Amino acid sequence: MALKIVKGSIDRMFDKNLQDLVRGIRNHKEDEAKYISTCIDEIKQELKQDNIAVKANAVCKLTYLQMLGYDISWAAFNIVEVMSSSKFTYKRIGYLAASQCFHEGTDVIMLTTNQIRKDLSSPNQYDTGVALTGLSCFVTPDLARDLANDIMTLMSHTKPYIRKKAVLIMYKVFLKYPESLRPAFPRLKEKLEDPDPGVQSAAVNVICELARRNPKNYLSLAPLFFKLMTSSTNNWVLIKIIKLFGALTPLEPRLGKKLIEPLTNLIHSRLVITLHRASVEKNVCLIGLVLPIVCVCVCVSNAVLISLSSGMPNHSASIQLCVQKLRILIEDSDQNLKYLGLLAMSKILKTHPKSVQSHKDLILQCLDDKDESIRLRALDLLYGMVSKKNLMEIVKKLMLHVDKAEGTTYRDELLTKIIDICSQSNYQYITNFEWYISILVELTRLEGTRHGHLIASQMLDVAIRVKAIRGFAVAQMAMLLDSGHLLTGNMQRNGICEVLYAAAWICGEFSEHLDDPMQTLEAMLRPKVASLPGHIQAVYVQNAAKLFATVLQKHEGATDSQAAQDTSQLLIERLPLFVQSANLEVQERASCILQLVKYIQKLQQKDVEVAEEVSALFAGELNPVAPKAQKKVPVPEGLDLDAWINEPPSESESEDEKPKAVFAKEEPKQSRARHIEVDEKELARRREARKQEQANNPFYIKSSPSSQKVYQDAPGVEHIPVVQIDLSVPLKVPGMPMSEQYLKLEEERRQKERADKKKKDKKKKKREKRGKGKRDDSGPESEEDITPAHQVDIVTEEMPENALPSDDDDKDPNDPHKALDIDLDKYVPSAENTLHKVTVCMLHAEKQGDLSITRHFLV
Amino acid sequence: MIKFLLMINKQGQTRLSKYYDHVDVGKRAALEANVVKCCLFRKKEECSFVEYKDYKLVYRQYAALFIVVGITDDENELSIYELVHNFIEVLDKYFNRVSELDIMFNLDKVHIMLDEMILNGCIVETNKNRILAPLLALDKMAES
Repeated sequence: MALKIVKGSIDRMFDKNLQDLVRGIRNHKEDEAKYISTCIDEIKQELKQDNIAVKANAVCKLTYLQMLGYDISWAAFNIVEVMSSSKFTYKRIGYLAASQCFHEGTDVIMLTTNQIRKDLSSPNQYDTGVALTGLSCFVTPDLARDLANDIMTLMSHTKPYIRKKAVLIMYKVFLKYPESLRPAFPRLKEKLEDPDPGVQSAAVNVICELARRNPKNYLSLAPLFFKLMTSSTNNWVLIKIIKLFGALTPLEPRLGKKLIEPLTNLIHSRLVITLHRASVEKNVCLIGLVLPIVCVCVCVSNAVLISLSSGMPNHSASIQLCVQKLRILIEDSDQNLKYLGLLAMSKILKTHPKSVQSHKDLILQCLDDKDESIRLRALDLLYGMVSKKNLMEIVKKLMLHVDKAEGTTYRDELLTKIIDICSQSNYQYITNFEWYISILVELTRLEGTRHGHLIASQMLDVAIRVKAIRGFAVAQMAMLLDSGHLLTGNMQRNGICEVLYAAAWICGEFSEHLDDPMQTLEAMLRPKVASLPGHIQAVYVQNAAKLFATVLQKHEGATDSQAAQDTSQLLIERLPLFVQSANLEVQERASCILQLVKYIQKLQQKDVEVAEEVSALFAGELNPVAPKAQKKVPVPEGLDLDAWINEPPSESESEDEKPKAVFAKEEPKQSRARHIEVDEKELARRREARKQEQANNPFYIKSSPSSQKVYQDAPGVEHIPVVQIDLSVPLKVPGMPMSEQYLKLEEERRQKERADKKKKDKKKKKREKRGKGKRDDSGPESEEDITPAHQVDIVTEEMPENALPSDDDDKDPNDPHKALDIDLDKYVPSAENTLHKVTVCMLHAEKQGDLSITRHFLV
Repeated sequence: MIKFLLMINKQGQTRLSKYYDHVDVGKRAALEANVVKCCLFRKKEECSFVEYKDYKLVYRQYAALFIVVGITDDENELSIYELVHNFIEVLDKYFNRVSELDIMFNLDKVHIMLDEMILNGCIVETNKNRILAPLLALDKMAES
């Protein structure tokens, strides 16, 4: 027996502690995994020992290993054991491990509740501190509910060290258990005036986070924060307070007016001196004040604009001041400051685009910066700075960047930005849609992009909405269909081959504009097409049918019935390949169309005119449909969706069968209850399943402007030999339009227009100028005078009759912050009440057996 | 809000990791590798703020060690930048010219210091003496 003890302690001498472990890992660089697995085995042995010191050591090592990426959740129970040790060092190790690896799914957390409560009320402040710190990482709703009361009492602890931590952790508790916000709030308010600055800043932090989500509840605290702002010297606190004001000012216009003065003072005092090189390091975070100050100024001027229609002279001055300072920041050579300056500018841009536009040159300069983050920020700013005049030049510049930035995410970003800029506010800034389509086609030459669907949807959108451009668009798309490189390009889901989807659809739908429908038909039915993704093939097949209708239309009028018959023959030859496709959709459509064509061929051999009827298959305009149209379909009168379709089963049977045998009694009741329940559940489930189906169905286009109906085919494409276009030299391919040509064309067009307008009545122009207000530029160069070469015809989207455009279904129902949106002024509880209420809750929880296990386990 | 704080060296080995928002253990290694790759790509003159998925990363390099903090959009980047520097100064004060080895061999103490400074994703304490007070008290207790 004694030998065992000795042996045991000798074993313990050879235990590794954390430092040995680290040293060992460093020495075993080549077989690290094997070494670590032996260490883990040793740790498992150590955890089986009774000695708490050994266990703590093991848990410490486990924490380190977890950092390296090894999962330690199997040791959760042991971690809880170590947490319950009485010695502070071991307890600390336990809590550290818990904070690193416990999460809401860990079952053993409920064993810790009592332990944590004991620690929270311990006389030793470091025990409490370590419990609070650890708790913040793994608090669950149950823990929050049980411990809310204890933490609230800790907020009034004598030691500021504890108060500070308690205040901060309350935020997490509020998130997990929102009912605790109301009783805790008065105490939180007190902490704002706490003598200790640490506690004060903690309270400010928590209230700022809360107020960000639900600002109107915290408006009453504004005077208090104002006082804090003017008296505090801690920069971090100031930043938070100013941010908070930024959230509050939109709700309370008078607040804005009051804030202007102290804020301008702040800007002047803190920023003027600090941009000196030598003092930059020390005062860099004062510069960090700029960002929130800018936000507030924006909100302030907004608020003032709303309240005073005449406009205060001050607010525009403050905006000018901000923009000036930001310009200084952006021109600074320190990249960090540049970044922040650009970030702040983009915030001002949203509300005061005019004041920012004068700095366009600076922004365009930033676009050429070597630093990617800065370029991205400048791109964001560009979005608000485009106008009809400069859109083309800006996009040209961006295309140059796109060429330079090969194979990076930056290029994808550029692509999305180009499209965003061009398509904003319903293509407001595009004057020449031919130019835009040529840009889109140039973009298709990018390889390896993930945004093929974006380009495709843009093409579809423009082709549908701008009727004048359809001829040009169709010609371009036909060229795309012929080009070989897209077919051999990458076949990923969102790769550039998505463009073919759009191309095929446009060619099919607007086939009356096609010069040579036979050739396009031929291109669509090439065997290579079978290697495209399924949804694209399906579109091809369908649109081949549409083109067939057009060809028939064209040739049957003439005495050239042979060409029509040739087309039918072509289709019959080529379609069987698609009928054998693995994709269901393709198979179905191909077989339908094949049968149709065979039938038509029979009719043609009897010399019957079929063109009219075939075209009738695809008659009608397809207009864009609004994204929420489906939801807005009104329920017809007299239809009650909740009423039973059949008679509900009668309820009287259950009472009769009650006193009968045990098992027989249960079944009928259950089945009936389940029957009623199932109906509602069934409905919900079916609804879910339907939504799922729609999400997975590639043809269910939910928010794109193309229609919801099935695509229609049009026949007719002539035979044209396929020409391989050499695309290694990008912009100089014969036959493909160059977007730069359009720049020149546009210039000439505008010149001509200006000349024409000058000849017209000058009085008319003066009248226009006066009417538009003071902010217009004088002279014929103003924005509004440039008429676009093509107009967007279809602007509004189809909706069911009398539907209101509303978007109250955008909010996320699962947002935890929503639950915190309660009105705190209504309820002012007294101290005893809250304690009483919370204890009652906890007693209730205890009764339900939540904490019974803890009772038995930990003393 | 601060989402995570990582100390990774140039070879990609994590020296310290603290997550304030739970991330699965399996995903952590991938996240850390990605983050360090992002930061290694940056040149010296470029700014210290990188946009990464839906966070912003604020990073600072000290010798061979990168300290990277992942923050959400509402947090002020420069304040976090300064916080990182503050943290290093605290470590410096405690370890007397801290080096990477110090951090590796005293990981639990570094965690204690970090916990004193950041709690639940928010900045709690920035005064060096107050941060080190509990740690020094602990050392005294251990010696006696």
